[in-house]
Amino acid sequence: MKPTIRKATRHVNQNEGLIFEKSSAGKAAWKLPPLDVPEVDTTSLLGASARKDLGNMPEVSEIEIIRHFTRLSTWNYAIDLGMYPLGSCTMKYNPRVNEAVARVEGIANGHPYQPEKISQGALQILKTLSDCLIEITGMDAITLQPAAGAHGEMTGLLMVRAYHHAKGKPRKKILIPDSAHGTNPATAAMVDYAVENLKSDSRGMVDIAALEAQMNEDVAALMLTNPNTLGIFEQQIHKIADILHAKGGLLYMDGANMNALVGKVRPGDFGVDVMHLNLHKTFSTPHGGGGPGSGPVAIKKILEPFLPKPVVTKKADGTLGFEYDRPHSVGRVRSFYGNFGMFVRALAYIQANGPDGLRQTTEDAVLNANYIRKGLEGTYDLPYSTPTMHEVVFSDKLQAKKGVRTMDIAKRLIDYGFHPYTTAFPLIVPGALMIEPTESESKEEMDLFIDAMQSIAQETQEDTQTVLDAPHSTRVSRLDETAAARKPILRWKP
Amino acid sequence: MRYLPKSPADREAMLKQMGLGSVDDLFAPIPAEYRLNRDLRIQRQMAESEIIDYFRQRSRENGEGYVSFLGAGAYAHYRPVIIDSLISRGEFLTAYTPYQAEISQGTLQSIFEFQSMICELTGMEVANASMYDGSTAAAEAVMMAVRLTGRRSVTVARSLHPEYREVLATYATHQGMPLSVAGFGENGRIKLDELEKLITPETAAVLIQSPNFFGTIEDVSAVAEIAHKNGSLLVVSIAEAVSLGIVEPPRDADIIAMEAQSFGVPLGFGGPYCGVIATREKFVRQMPGRLVGQTVDKQGRRGFVLTLATREQHIRREKATSNICTNQALVALMVNIFMTVYGKVGLKELAKQNLAKASYAASQLGKHGKLLFKGAPRFNEFVLQTSEDPHAINARLLDQKIVGGFPLDKFYPELGKAALWCCTELTTRSAIDTAAELVGGGETSKRAAREEAGVEEVAR
Repeated sequence: MKPTIRKATRHVNQNEGLIFEKSSAGKAAWKLPPLDVPEVDTTSLLGASARKDLGNMPEVSEIEIIRHFTRLSTWNYAIDLGMYPLGSCTMKYNPRVNEAVARVEGIANGHPYQPEKISQGALQILKTLSDCLIEITGMDAITLQPAAGAHGEMTGLLMVRAYHHAKGKPRKKILIPDSAHGTNPATAAMVDYAVENLKSDSRGMVDIAALEAQMNEDVAALMLTNPNTLGIFEQQIHKIADILHAKGGLLYMDGANMNALVGKVRPGDFGVDVMHLNLHKTFSTPHGGGGPGSGPVAIKKILEPFLPKPVVTKKADGTLGFEYDRPHSVGRVRSFYGNFGMFVRALAYIQANGPDGLRQTTEDAVLNANYIRKGLEGTYDLPYSTPTMHEVVFSDKLQAKKGVRTMDIAKRLIDYGFHPYTTAFPLIVPGALMIEPTESESKEEMDLFIDAMQSIAQETQEDTQTVLDAPHSTRVSRLDETAAARKPILRWKP
Repeated sequence: MRYLPKSPADREAMLKQMGLGSVDDLFAPIPAEYRLNRDLRIQRQMAESEIIDYFRQRSRENGEGYVSFLGAGAYAHYRPVIIDSLISRGEFLTAYTPYQAEISQGTLQSIFEFQSMICELTGMEVANASMYDGSTAAAEAVMMAVRLTGRRSVTVARSLHPEYREVLATYATHQGMPLSVAGFGENGRIKLDELEKLITPETAAVLIQSPNFFGTIEDVSAVAEIAHKNGSLLVVSIAEAVSLGIVEPPRDADIIAMEAQSFGVPLGFGGPYCGVIATREKFVRQMPGRLVGQTVDKQGRRGFVLTLATREQHIRREKATSNICTNQALVALMVNIFMTVYGKVGLKELAKQNLAKASYAASQLGKHGKLLFKGAPRFNEFVLQTSEDPHAINARLLDQKIVGGFPLDKFYPELGKAALWCCTELTTRSAIDTAAELVGGGETSKRAAREEAGVEEVAR
């Protein structure tokens, strides 16, 4: 069988070495203006602290730098090239107006310590975004300070800890479902909580009986992702909240999957006490090859005294300012006010959508995921038949009989012109294929994806080795990760 | 909605294919009582032109067109144009974390180059792919030292950025880590005798900043000797990365926790910035954050992958070295391009200009106050103590669209009426002269001076 690959075709791309290999003495890409103050003698000013040389730093010209990074860029897959179905990562379109407004002079060049009097623009952005996110989540207050989702988790749990401490009953444990992302247990450990695993039931949801049995006065909070990492909305969410609250515990929601809910349902309305958002997922700020992110934490009133400081406040004269006098605050989690540039982008996204656009976005995201589910059901094993929202998790059970695992299918998908889905996660599904298309995909792109996945399933039966050896069309074939970890080469040396 | 690529007919066709009547059927699993049956109370959908107008207006209310002498952990350096040209390429901007190495070689190779250059500049053996910022990098470096030494307490220099100290305190409190603070002496450097008294057999790390918050370059070797004698690790924070062009890096440090914002990252009202941790090879397995390593593919071609992932949360969960997942990759790319543009010679020349400007400013402003911490070398910041309250001085400067030095009363009341001034290569001589004049009393003193000169001439 010869597969038809419709989406992608090969094209020439340029080879490019490391920048150090292009360097030679005397080349330069910089030019400073003439010094308008007296020259100084470095040695007499710095003495023994004066640096002798800069080692092997490169010397190259501007055109070489442009070509270097442009060539490297062509070796990347990106949302701008096509569908990026990474489950729980929400790889949606990154609007370009966001980038434009983040670069407007007063916004790009504002100094964090400039007087409040000339910072009203930035403060207004902080305030407006906060108000929007509070309305979207149905919570009472928010901090924008955390720099990413995991950082938001830490901030949220610090507030949980401070809350229990203030009640005079510091608790020891955090309950975390077995389907949770690795950051949840890592975060709990970081703030010195013991982690207790909570198992899922046969439908892929929190096992209510297990929760009831495990919940006691030692449990500070349950960290729940909703919809969970299987894409399933926890239908008994009210019951879960009640069980926790009855014993004085708090419900923490990991908002990684908020793209399934915006404008349709609000966590604050279904019993959540504290949650983080990922502006780089739900609110369209670019992933940039791994960051920056932003992880605001929204809370109910009971946690407000514990917010990180400073908080934005309206002053008597009507202007905005920062309030530092917060005696019960958990403290600071980052310098200055957080990843401000991401707030600008997220606000521009919310403005471009409005209430109707945000709702339509959520509906399209859920529609897309279910369209893929329908298109691939039967071809791939669906371990949980429970209805799903914005993502769907299959397993490689049917293909594994031929020795083809989720990672092999993922790598073959690259040849078809797609980025792989999330592999081998959540951990409760052996050989998981976790697919989240987001709202940014057209019907046409998804039909191509479904075709590709079906074609790979067929290849698995008829031409197994092709799948096992994939990818075949990339610059490099599968890389030796074991060797990389055994004898790490982490920097260039001459 | 202009970002959504489906026509109403597409949606209809999809629903029909799935045997559904309406998209609301897909939301049926959500209990009805929690579904939102109204519009979100946010602003209506805006056109692109309206969004741009909105942010231009905010920009005008945000210090647009002011000259500034602020540093204090966020520095205004020139950003070469090609930084934004290159990071705006969708293949960098809109790519995910490079877990799928075969289609992420661009990001991976650039991170490898970033790690390599950070090593060259800091004198360390390994560097990670980035941390959130300088403050969290410092806190994570201390926790790394705790894991490496099996000890629990930490001693911090009071001359470390006050907000970095606050962040560390937040991380430390909940880890039950005792924290002590060592003061600074007449020369602005950490008091070594005080440090010696504070350090105990339980001290995992000594954390200092160099150049420190006052711009003073610390005697790192002397601090290292005290730390190492006690079996503690030395963590050095660097907030002004441009200093590395001309100041000897803290080679005696065990861990360097850096803020690389100075390397081509916009001030952006405080973020996103770019933290980095660099250390010795033998400590790499306790290092937090992503790392890129070189390897080969099946045909033996050079390639790059994320490596040593067993330190990380997605593998190790609660036993991970940190919970960090998303980092500051695109900002690290800005830093990488900046380092490449200036390179071996440019960084040195750039740093030299910073040194010269600050030195000139100190001499001019010093005429109207007392320069503190004269006994030790400094880079591009200095502390000026005045007889007048710096807030009053700054109000006068602000009227002339100049933001004066950062008043230190909030963080260092013991220094009295003092402010931290910063100059970079972008600070002009005329701005320095104007600021100095205004610090000295502005127009009144100028007039008085002129009159005095006139009187003298007449007398002659």
